[in-house]
Amino acid sequence: MKVNELFKSELKVINMGLESFYQDMKSQDVSAIHVNWKPAAGGNEKMAALLSRMKSI
Amino acid sequence: MKVNSMVKKNAYYDSVTLMIISREMKKIEGVDEVLVGMGTELNVDLVEKLSMLTPELEEITPNDLFIAAKYDESKCTMEQLIQAFDDQINAKQDASAGDYQPPTLSSAVEHLKGANLVQISIPGRYAAQEAEDALDKGLNVMLFSDNVSVEDELKLKKKAVEKGLLMMGPDCGTAIINGVPLCFANVLSRGAIGVVGASGTGTQEVTVCIDKLGEGVSQVIGTGGRDLSEQIGGLMMSLGIDALENDPETKVIVLISKPPAPSVEKKILEKASNCKKPVVVDFIGGDAKAILEAGAIPCVSLEDAARKAVAALRGEKIADFEGFDASEDDIDAIVEKAVASLKPDQKNLRGLFTGGTLTDEAMKFLGENYKIYSNIPMTPDMAIEALDGEVKGHICLDLGEDEFTRGRPHPMIDPLTRSEFFESHVDGTTAVVLVDCVLGFGSNADPAGAVAESVNDARAKLKEEGKELVVVASVCGTDKDPQDLKKSVAALKDAGVIVMPSNMQAVRLVDRILARVSE
Repeated sequence: MKVNELFKSELKVINMGLESFYQDMKSQDVSAIHVNWKPAAGGNEKMAALLSRMKSI
Repeated sequence: MKVNSMVKKNAYYDSVTLMIISREMKKIEGVDEVLVGMGTELNVDLVEKLSMLTPELEEITPNDLFIAAKYDESKCTMEQLIQAFDDQINAKQDASAGDYQPPTLSSAVEHLKGANLVQISIPGRYAAQEAEDALDKGLNVMLFSDNVSVEDELKLKKKAVEKGLLMMGPDCGTAIINGVPLCFANVLSRGAIGVVGASGTGTQEVTVCIDKLGEGVSQVIGTGGRDLSEQIGGLMMSLGIDALENDPETKVIVLISKPPAPSVEKKILEKASNCKKPVVVDFIGGDAKAILEAGAIPCVSLEDAARKAVAALRGEKIADFEGFDASEDDIDAIVEKAVASLKPDQKNLRGLFTGGTLTDEAMKFLGENYKIYSNIPMTPDMAIEALDGEVKGHICLDLGEDEFTRGRPHPMIDPLTRSEFFESHVDGTTAVVLVDCVLGFGSNADPAGAVAESVNDARAKLKEEGKELVVVASVCGTDKDPQDLKKSVAALKDAGVIVMPSNMQAVRLVDRILARVSE
């Protein structure tokens, strides 16, 4: 199982959302990157759904 | 009072950052009320309730930032408030100055070679899509966000199981992977006990107790609170058990959850029964018989789960722990001293909790013996609505529930909510206040300090009536946590708080005190 590979690897974290969680990773010297996330299509949910469908095509 | 607002188009900041800034801005002289947030329906609704709705806020979108304020014009100006906001946000951004922050998950994967886990805490309505993208990229997911639909959760977990990946959450607050605490978790010694937990502070309490007993954890996998529901069918707990069974570092497995749906309980216990490693099960308040029949080890409390896991690991005798670390004589002396300090009309409990499962544990035990008003009542007639705004009788609250956290951070992040309840709910009829104090990453920098301050204020208030106050606390934390267990315990003791070694022992002590004052 892939989870068991994770247990044997160095944890490398992508953080998306609360920046304080990213700061917590940094303070523990964990390899991490913070995504400067914003709602897709300016928060227009219909447009975002359309974009997401286009991505999956 | 002047009502004014400012809207910044297409500027996104996370909700916790904005709530904390709102709170800081309220301290500015002349400010009566201020709310900083994204233009979501919920926030606009809050602004309206606070009578601060302006025409420009009616036009706002969820992608716009706003500041709404009510202030005394002779003491401050909107420009001052905007400047204060900019100063706060700049100070926060300084902490990550120079770090490249890619705009999307795809670009983050390109930049952080070998990334293997994504921690997601964006608003719920966007979270499922990002989690699915992460699973599609072969990444494990810790989904802290709530407000994700059951349908989306099922879809995500099915995909994760297919790929053999972790899909922890939605609404998953606690996990420790490879020794790294994620979201709300404590810094623990590494060891041979693996945990799969469906309840955040329940998992924190068990793992902290394991650490205090001198052992450590291999992996702590969170599932989110709905995993053991009929709809989700325990998909992540099942995967967690398999993963820990296959993990050579794990010698004993602990499962923590509120009582699961019956069909799911059967499935999980079947898995436990076939597992080659000892399995300790705490289905908080659940049926011990079924667990025993499955050849697993049932528990009477979160602390008991930790003790039994440690005993199983060490090959020691496994027995229920229903007492105290201290001797009965010492406990009697503590109870005696506490009761002697109270006046005859001081009879009531005030349980002011920040941890959901810790509240559950207190309610399940004390609720058997006393009628307690609560937002998680034992019977419908004891729901807090029945208080009709009054403060009377025994009251025990989970202050982390939605009804207390609208527009403000969870009380584990910001102790303000509990401080306010100390002011409003601790009165001359109060015999004993019971609190938790949760340390670790994610939590406030000094929750014990905040409790101590509230206790000192409450004592000063009661002193005017010639009364004392008994406060019992437990600290869910380790000496390796950023807040430091020893320092936290010392701060509480300095304020005259009785600090017990676990939540359950604090609850039992309170039960003894209440039994005496109810006589």
